Amino acid sequence: MKKRARRHRREEGHGRTDMIFRTLGKAELPKLFGVMAAGGKIVAPVEAGRDRENRPVYVFRETARFEEAALSYTTTKLPAKRYFLPYREDLATFRIEGDDWQKLVDYNVDRPRIFFGLHPCDINALNRLDKVLLNGVYPMPYYVAKRKNMFIVGIDCLPQPYCFCRSMGADTALHGFDMFLTDLGDDYFVEILSDTAYNFLRCVRTSEPGEDDHARYMKAVSRKNDKFIAHVDTTDLTKILDMEFQSEVWKQWGDRCLACGTCANVCPTCYCYGVEETVSVDLGSARKTKTLYSCNLLDFAEVAGGHNFRPERHVRLKYRYYHKHRGFVEAYEEPLCVGCGRCGESCLAGITVPEVIASVRGEGA
Amino acid sequence: MTDRNAGGTFLGVPLYRPRTAFFELASCEGCQLQVLNNEATLAPFLGLLEIVNFREAMTGGTDDYEIAFVEGSVSRKDEEDLLKEIRGNARVLVALGSCACFGGVNRLKDRFDPDWTRKTVYGEAPVESGRARPLEDLVAVDLKIYGCPVKKEEVEKVVTNIALGKAVVSPKYPVCMECKANENICLFDLGEPCLGPVTRAGCDSWCPNSRAGCWGCRGPAEDANVEQLEKIMQEHGFAQETILDRLECFGGFARFAEAFRRRRREGAE
Repeated sequence: MKKRARRHRREEGHGRTDMIFRTLGKAELPKLFGVMAAGGKIVAPVEAGRDRENRPVYVFRETARFEEAALSYTTTKLPAKRYFLPYREDLATFRIEGDDWQKLVDYNVDRPRIFFGLHPCDINALNRLDKVLLNGVYPMPYYVAKRKNMFIVGIDCLPQPYCFCRSMGADTALHGFDMFLTDLGDDYFVEILSDTAYNFLRCVRTSEPGEDDHARYMKAVSRKNDKFIAHVDTTDLTKILDMEFQSEVWKQWGDRCLACGTCANVCPTCYCYGVEETVSVDLGSARKTKTLYSCNLLDFAEVAGGHNFRPERHVRLKYRYYHKHRGFVEAYEEPLCVGCGRCGESCLAGITVPEVIASVRGEGA
Repeated sequence: MTDRNAGGTFLGVPLYRPRTAFFELASCEGCQLQVLNNEATLAPFLGLLEIVNFREAMTGGTDDYEIAFVEGSVSRKDEEDLLKEIRGNARVLVALGSCACFGGVNRLKDRFDPDWTRKTVYGEAPVESGRARPLEDLVAVDLKIYGCPVKKEEVEKVVTNIALGKAVVSPKYPVCMECKANENICLFDLGEPCLGPVTRAGCDSWCPNSRAGCWGCRGPAEDANVEQLEKIMQEHGFAQETILDRLECFGGFARFAEAFRRRRREGAE
């Protein structure tokens, strides 16, 4: 069958890109993985263990073995954040000799990394971080260096009961990846967004998608769409949050909150941090270390002199929601939340975004 | 004549080397042993302090010191007298480890009848062994270094900051922050009880890193929501005794444990 690859033209950043579609037999995927592994370090979802109910616990980890990559994973406990926003990172180190000192800056990137199997929510998380840390007025070089050295293979997923990516406009990734795989049964439907991805695919057997492949693709998409359970009503949410600033419900959630910072640590878009300077015990070196922080922690808004702008738990919890669902929306027209549901799943106190926002809207809870 | 407190220099600025003493009350002396660990950095560590009294590390000793590190809880009259004497001598008194900060693991005996515990351990020997109390029940404490045992890296940091005149601070947030940064699987997911969500961080989630739940040796984080964690632990099916065992192990959560017992009594009535 002679048919040209369908091309969709769309805007991306400052230039224009063409999306090319191919189908890839599932048997070819290990080969593709092998080709990539030969060229760089691969980070993929792998099973790290089992929880108390014998459910697999997934993490993103470096692996060179295709069999280890759990491509039908649900959600990793932690996002891939440590590869682009490490929990701890030295921003500078200092060598001290006598009266003299020398500053050394390293963006902590030693090689490009291949991310094999990111879900749309996690790709969208990167795209939203880019707005602040890459395309913002003051780009963060430590982030930019890592982000620019990522090669991303996206993969489709089936929504879990806690997933509300759809409500956050993050169920589909439009850009921010190199290639995207959708499971069609025996084949993958492949979207190609970069020439690097195109060149990788030339090393394996792919074919031109036909009408039947398009039909299978659309069926896969609607199967996914039928699976959503959790929802967040975002209608007029920025205004409603303004109106409900003094709502009693914040207090109720604050009473439950452990102020442990876990929601921020498992969040693929939380980027707030603290900086600490330490001198080595032999006084011969020093380091300036950035540590990811959380706005739910007691001293997040503590300033010189010990004054704390947000000493109460419910106020801190509220500001996390205001940053993500109000302030960021006003600045960038989308929330700083991709609806991955990790925060709610990891919160021991059972505080979930859909429930908190429903309660602010006067529904449920 | 040379200044007896002359230390090294940092960026050309001369450093003051304080005269320092180490003491122990009721304890295992493990925290002092920790101070002597990390051989690789022991020499520079000792270069920051002039140690003039340290029974575990040297012979002799003097009462002419400025900083006193005191390990252990107070459980006898002679310990009470010694502590007051140390306080009188020292400009800065540092509580070293869980026993000094909270009474520590010694305090477990306070769960039982004091006569029974004394007889069980010492038989008929005439040994004085009272309630295990933290230092601040008796004297003013200037600085606390938490942990059972203390972490040498943290002691090094404290001493370095003292030498440089930097502020000495402990994290106010709980262990969960460090545990997540270390990418551990949550102990609750593994069906283990853990006090990490309410315990002061600074240990780099030492126990959870080995898949052992936190026992709260560093005491409560500031603004710890202990009551909520008690509810969560019960929802996860942990017995009330299991929760109390954790809360009472190191003494830091004593007031929360008392409140828990009180609520349980009232609930039973």
